[in-house]
Amino acid sequence: MCTDYIRSGRLLTAFKVLTIVALASSTMSSCGKSTEDGLARVQKSGVLRVGTDATYPPFEWIDTATGQVEGFDIDLVRAICSEIGCKPEFIVVPFDGIIAGLVSQKYDMIASTFTITPERSKQVAFSDPYYDGGQAIAVPLYDSSTFGVDDLRGKTVAVQLGTTGERRASQIPDAEVIAFENISAAFIDMENGRVDAVINDRPTTELIIRQRGAAKIVGPTLTAEEYGLAVTHSDKELLLSINRALAKIKADGRFEAMRLKWFGPASA
Amino acid sequence: MCPPGGPIDFLAEQGALALRILKFLLPAVPATIGITLASFAIAIVLGTLVGLAPLVRNRLLTALSRIYVDVLRGVPLLVQIFFIYFGLGSVLNFNRFTAGVVAVGIGYSAYLAEIIRAGVLSIAHGQHEAAAALGMSRGQALRHVILPQATRTIIPPTANEFIACLKDSSLVSIIGLRELTRAGREYYSQYFVDFQTWLIVGLIYLVMTLALTKFARHLERRFAVKGFGTGGLRH
Repeated sequence: MCTDYIRSGRLLTAFKVLTIVALASSTMSSCGKSTEDGLARVQKSGVLRVGTDATYPPFEWIDTATGQVEGFDIDLVRAICSEIGCKPEFIVVPFDGIIAGLVSQKYDMIASTFTITPERSKQVAFSDPYYDGGQAIAVPLYDSSTFGVDDLRGKTVAVQLGTTGERRASQIPDAEVIAFENISAAFIDMENGRVDAVINDRPTTELIIRQRGAAKIVGPTLTAEEYGLAVTHSDKELLLSINRALAKIKADGRFEAMRLKWFGPASA
Repeated sequence: MCPPGGPIDFLAEQGALALRILKFLLPAVPATIGITLASFAIAIVLGTLVGLAPLVRNRLLTALSRIYVDVLRGVPLLVQIFFIYFGLGSVLNFNRFTAGVVAVGIGYSAYLAEIIRAGVLSIAHGQHEAAAALGMSRGQALRHVILPQATRTIIPPTANEFIACLKDSSLVSIIGLRELTRAGREYYSQYFVDFQTWLIVGLIYLVMTLALTKFARHLERRFAVKGFGTGGLRH
């Protein structure tokens, strides 16, 4: 039956049609979707949909007791929403697909410890930076030979897929980079002795070490990163109102209160 | 933003992109194939042992094989992978690849056990009786009469499982193994191209499964018995 299909030329025709459909759809997928600005859409529906990878304390995670998303980013989003006049709806997605979700309008904004980078800025529009981060190296407590990034040559490093930590780790010569869906898996792998180190944003690493022990940070912070909220490039009005809200929250002390709440007085 | 430039430019650009994506993805294909082959080999060995266990006519063995199948079919494969790598892995010492292959192999062995058991079950009782009448022991009957015939019934569903195993190999990326689907996600998170990336990933899987399908049909023809026909089904 299969050979009949091939001989009659129908298979080739089907393949040609499929290719044309595929190319046509890829053209269309790069064309814009709705032309309404995000701000109008959000004000009409009263809901700001926020994409977040809620596996990342203290910025965003799911509180097992309440089943709700909690964290610094979450509080920040709630404050911004009260300024704009809408309710936030949090949509939990894996981090490596978070831009895809925004671009395909599954949500209106990304709030997920999202580092501002030039490559990402081509895909999304970032708000003003709201927090300083940077990558830190975590190693097991019993490790007495790793003091900095140069000692990681030839070692195995665990990271989270799609993060700037993964990017930094892949720049280490001869290092094997193992990427996980979420950062806790990376730390568990290190605790089980499967990897030599974890490279991850410093604030979250510090919290995980406080919670689980068994690890320590070595060396200085590897990178200087700033986190920003993100919307699509076409949502210019939405971005303006987010930045205005952010400025207001920083000016009237709410931001400092949030920082104290989640990071304590020691954070600079 | 709609793409500027003429259609020729567009096609050339898409072609170049497709080649870049392929270049990135192809090094991950051996991992997918390796994981599939290794885990399916384990699955066949364990599945045969467990599937034929009831034939030994030992009550304990039969009960154990039933529990084995029920438990391993009853838990999602992803959960099994987590359990073996993170759960057992915190106590025992084995590497990522071994854990992933063993988890998938054990998971699939339960399904293969049932397929093999069904294959043997499908042999008419007359065959067992005739073998006994010819003076064969049960072991000889199994080896020379029952199992060769059962193989014909077992091949199509086993090939089915093999193809499913190839696709389920993508689950092991959860414990950090880099295979084809994970490579696709990496490409996306670095270059932010999604439609074309996933199209090509899907096509690569399709090429592999079509090759497996062809191999399975070849096996079926090889084990076909003249005079038994194909049960009225045209191939």
